[in-house]
Amino acid sequence: MSVEADKGHVEIAAGGRGVQLAGRLKKAAITAFVVLLLCIPMVAFRTVDAQDGLALVTRWDMVATLVAIAFAGQFLWDVLRESATASTAAGQVGKPVGRALGSLLPYLGAGMIVFAVALPFMPFSDRYIMDLAVLVLTYVMLAWGLNIVVGLAGLLDLGYVAFYAVGAYSYALLAQHYGFSFWICLPLAGMLAAFWGIILGFPVLRLRGDYLAIVTLAFGEIIRIVLLNWYEFTGGPDGLSSIPRPDFFGLEFKRFGENTFHGFFGIEYSSLHRIVFLYYLILILALITNVVTIRLRRLPIGRAWEAMREDEIACKSLGISVVKTKLTAFAIGAMFGGFAGSFFATKQGFISPESFTFLESAIILAIVVLGGMGSQIGVAIAAVALIGGLEWLRDLDFLKQIFGQDFDPKQWRMVFFGALMVLVMVWRPRGFIGSRKPTVALGERKAIGSDLVKEGHG
Amino acid sequence: MEYFVQQLINGITLGSIYGLIAIGYSMVYGIIGMINFAHGDIFMVGAFISLIFILLLAAVGASSIALLVLILLVVLALALALTSVWGFVVERIAYRPLRGSFRLAPLISAIGMSLFLQNLVQIIQGARVKPLPPLVPGGYTIMESANGFTVQLSNMQILIVVATVALMAIFTYIITQTSLGRAQRACEQDRTMAALTGVNVDLTISLTFVIGAALASVAGMMFLLYYGVIDFYIGFLAGIKAFTAAVLGGIGSLPGAMLGGLIIGLIEVFWSAYFSVEYKDVAAFSILAIVLIFMPSGLLGKPEIEKV
Repeated sequence: MSVEADKGHVEIAAGGRGVQLAGRLKKAAITAFVVLLLCIPMVAFRTVDAQDGLALVTRWDMVATLVAIAFAGQFLWDVLRESATASTAAGQVGKPVGRALGSLLPYLGAGMIVFAVALPFMPFSDRYIMDLAVLVLTYVMLAWGLNIVVGLAGLLDLGYVAFYAVGAYSYALLAQHYGFSFWICLPLAGMLAAFWGIILGFPVLRLRGDYLAIVTLAFGEIIRIVLLNWYEFTGGPDGLSSIPRPDFFGLEFKRFGENTFHGFFGIEYSSLHRIVFLYYLILILALITNVVTIRLRRLPIGRAWEAMREDEIACKSLGISVVKTKLTAFAIGAMFGGFAGSFFATKQGFISPESFTFLESAIILAIVVLGGMGSQIGVAIAAVALIGGLEWLRDLDFLKQIFGQDFDPKQWRMVFFGALMVLVMVWRPRGFIGSRKPTVALGERKAIGSDLVKEGHG
Repeated sequence: MEYFVQQLINGITLGSIYGLIAIGYSMVYGIIGMINFAHGDIFMVGAFISLIFILLLAAVGASSIALLVLILLVVLALALALTSVWGFVVERIAYRPLRGSFRLAPLISAIGMSLFLQNLVQIIQGARVKPLPPLVPGGYTIMESANGFTVQLSNMQILIVVATVALMAIFTYIITQTSLGRAQRACEQDRTMAALTGVNVDLTISLTFVIGAALASVAGMMFLLYYGVIDFYIGFLAGIKAFTAAVLGGIGSLPGAMLGGLIIGLIEVFWSAYFSVEYKDVAAFSILAIVLIFMPSGLLGKPEIEKV
């Protein structure tokens, strides 16, 4: 929170030590004053329910604490930044590390896959870890799917969760009404989602930039509202429950019954079996998404996506059909969303429109952008960091020791999450993995900085 | 007929509120080309600040009409000033460091900011809805049909429309006549060139956010007084609707934002009145999609000319 940072900086550079201190103190005082203004109505008074309407409770002590923190924080931040700038100027340490990381990327990817395959057999893998891993992989898959639309084709989609919802409801409804098994429903759900992707694609063909963004957002909201209100068909806010679980080649994960997994293999029943099975299922689905994306990038259609992202007019003049390119991007991205959706439905056994809010779209988009837009491994790392971070924020009990026992960390989870999203973007606007290799090149394929990659107009 | 007129009045009132928020989106988009997702939450903060000051001043007691007007004006001034500080700080922290970065970075930052503000207010002010008894009572009966249906025009509705028209007048004056407005339009056209001719670009952008936040705070106060109930979540839906309105009118165009706001408000009210309340948002969004198919840059927007 460095208000008037530039002005303060100039003063520091110009003056001696005393002036420097005075400048810093002045800057800190300004910050503290701004915080005071922010706090005056919102923190100082809390509206509480009373006998006749609302009453106000004052909290001036909290305001004083916050203002003091702001003053000290701004002051320390300036001092630290000063010394940090001095040390980086002395010996450029930042760059070689980044380059080394770049050359390690292929090994990192292989290492992550090996780790993911071995995870269920690790000694620390209990039920909690496995559940979390399934959740993270679901988001990895969703983000890889959205990456096709946003990262490769450069079409900003703020309503991706709609396809996730279509996939989930397709599976749930097909299974409930027709008794189809998971393995028949999975491709059907993908096809239906792809179909909806094309339906969304048609009206937005001519739109660009933020016009596209708002229509996709609206589309996501429309799907959610329809799911919420079409009570006879979707169960409305109650959602759909008792969605059938998937089986392993006809073997069910039940304690008792005819064809049980543990009975067939002659092992003891454990509720963990199903979770491990679901884990491998989503791992395979996610890896399929990854492989398909990598292969598609080398096909003419994938090259057309990236070409369209870089320059739509050049694309058109070279005879590439923009209509076909955009619609395939939407359809294939949506298809993977649909697969992930039907996996979600079978994992949860219960779905309701509440799982498909705009927040989900925002989180998936944040993963793609944080991962570096178009970098497959970057997206995976971002998903682990973001979803793992979100889970980690659930148990921040150590904060109780700092802020006292009244402090409830669970409430603050989304506040921290929002603040982290802002901080990470400010820190690395280009995401974690900022470089990428072109799919085709004349001669040697060199990794280029992502600031050379365009983000598309669409 | 009477029913229709009543809905028209309600629609214009709602549309005015949307329009005021939409101007904030449109202005920010015009000047730095980003969707300020946190704008809806600034509107919500404005509503909360108004609520707190109304409760503080209500202790004085609004015994006469003159006193009530005075209280409302004081609340308006305070809410306007303090919400502007929020708008300023949001720009300073979340957007300014990302200026000149690629397009999606500020968008994600804005979504993060929106989450932050929503949940922060939920914690510091509580998650329960905040009811407020109507402060501006009374109204007029304009029409009365044979079967006893009356068309009501409440004082609050008059107040909202009058305030919106007044603000629009002030605002148009600022944009077209003052040096700030000139600087703003210059930044909109070419930021580098504006900086070269001596326009303080950072200050101009900051002031754009401040003006947007001020208009949103007025919308927040009107929303609070009109509906008499707010919670920490109102910013999301109102923000999306207002953004829809801004895009419908042609993003970057200020009369377009107001027009879009009115259209969205009218669609919503008429759809609720004649068809179904549940699908009013679907109707608004569908109209948006249909209009954009035929006019890809909105109703009053200028088509983007691309140089090759």
